[in-house]
Amino acid sequence: MFSYTFQWRQAFQKLPLLLDGALVTLQIALLSMAMGIAFAVILAVSRNSRSWWAHAPATAWVEVSRNTPALFQIYMAHFGLGSFGIYLSPYVALLVGITFNNAGYLAETFRGALRAIPATQLRAARSLGMPSIQAFRLIILPQMFRIAFLPTTNQMVWAILMTSLGVTVGMNTDLAGITQDINVRSFRTFEIFAIAAVIYYLIAKAVTLGARLLAARLFRY
Amino acid sequence: MIEVREVHKSFGALAVLKGVNLNVEKGEVVSVIGSSGSGKSTLLTCINGLEQINSGSILVDGVEVHARTTDLNKLRRKIGIVFQQFNAFPHLTALENVMLAPRKVLGMTKAEAEAIAVTQLSHVGLADKLSIYPGKLSGGQQQRMAIARALAMSPAYMLFDEVTSALDPQLVGEVLDTLKLLANDGTTMICVTHEMSFARDVSDRVAFFHQGVLAEIAPPDQFFNAPQHPRTKEFLSNVR
Repeated sequence: MFSYTFQWRQAFQKLPLLLDGALVTLQIALLSMAMGIAFAVILAVSRNSRSWWAHAPATAWVEVSRNTPALFQIYMAHFGLGSFGIYLSPYVALLVGITFNNAGYLAETFRGALRAIPATQLRAARSLGMPSIQAFRLIILPQMFRIAFLPTTNQMVWAILMTSLGVTVGMNTDLAGITQDINVRSFRTFEIFAIAAVIYYLIAKAVTLGARLLAARLFRY
Repeated sequence: MIEVREVHKSFGALAVLKGVNLNVEKGEVVSVIGSSGSGKSTLLTCINGLEQINSGSILVDGVEVHARTTDLNKLRRKIGIVFQQFNAFPHLTALENVMLAPRKVLGMTKAEAEAIAVTQLSHVGLADKLSIYPGKLSGGQQQRMAIARALAMSPAYMLFDEVTSALDPQLVGEVLDTLKLLANDGTTMICVTHEMSFARDVSDRVAFFHQGVLAEIAPPDQFFNAPQHPRTKEFLSNVR
C-alpha cells in the first residue's frame, strides 16, 4: 500500500506560524482589492469615454490583465521591472500584480454595471444643477456598486487565492510562502498543505460573509 | 422670462425643432400639446441646456443658455424639470432624494435642507413617506416626489415633460392636482402634456406643436373653442 505516516500533531504545532501568514495574505488581498476597485472605476469610466487617449490605455490594461496568466503579471512586476532597474520586493510585486489583475476584471464588471443604470439618472442629477463629477459620485457610483456587488465579492475571493502565486517570486511571509517553507523543512507535505487549505477556505468564507453584512448595511433599498 | 428664438435642433438627419419661437413671462403657465415624437420634450431639455441646439437662441432671464460662457450648473438651479420617467434616485429615501441638491448644490446645512425637503414633500402629500425608498412608492408618489425634489431648489421656472404619461389613469389625478396647486401659487410653468382638460383649466396660454414649430399659441378659450390653424383643428377633433 503506501508508506506515508501522518504526523498531524507535528503539523499543528506550526499553526501559529501559519496564522501569521494568513494575516499577511488577508492584508495583501484587502489592499489589492481596495486599490483594484479604485483603478477599476477609473478604467471603466475611461473605457466609456469617447476620447481615444482615455479609451486606449484603459482598453490595453483590461485586455492584458484579463487575457494573460496572473502568474505572468506577478512575474513581470518582480523580474520584468527588475530588468529596467526597478526593483520591487516580493511583497510589493505581488501587490502590484494582483492589483493590476483585479482592476482589469473589475473594470469590466463596473462598465457593465454603469450601462445598467439608465442615462436618465445622470440627466436628472445634472438638471438639479450638479456638476458632472458630483452627479457621478453621488448618483451613479452608489448604484454602480450595488449592481456590481456580487461579482466584486467573487473577485475578492479570487484575489485571496491568487496571493498564493507570490511563492514564485520569493514571497515567504504570506500563508502560501510559510506553508512552502515549513514543507521543505519538515516534509509533512500533506498535513501542512491540508491545514493551509482549510485556512484559505476560512479566510475566503469570512470575507464573503463580511461582504454580505456590509451589503445589508449599505444597500437598504 | 424665458425667450425661445428661432431654435433649430436636429438629431443627425432628423430635424425636430425647425424654428421654434416662444416667450414665457414670469408667473405664466404655458401648456404645450401636440402629437407624440413631435419634439415637445426636446424643447424642454434645450431650455435647461441638457441638449445642444443647432441655431437660434434661448434666453432665461436674459442669460443665453447655450452661450459658451454660461455657467449651466448655476443656471439650472433656477430651472426645475420633471420628467415623464420620474427618475427618482433609487438608492436614496424620499427625504434624501429631495434634500440632496439643496445640500450639495446650494450648500445648505443638513438641518436647512431637511426642513425644506419636509415642507416640499408635505406640500405634495408625501409627509408620511419621508424614509421610504422610491422602489416602495407608487408611480404617482414617485412623480410627486420628483416634483418636490425640483421645487426644493426654489426654481424660478418649472418645466414639466409629460409628467402623467407613465402613470396609471387612477394616479394621474393626484399628480395633476399637485400641478394645479403650483399653478395657483404663481409658479412659472411650461407643461408638455396630453391632458387636454388640464391644459384648458390651468394654462394662461396653450401652444400647439406641429412638425417642429409652434403652429398656434393662444389663451385656452380661444385655443379650444376657435382654433385657427387647420392642424390644431384636426388634432383637437381627434383627441376629443
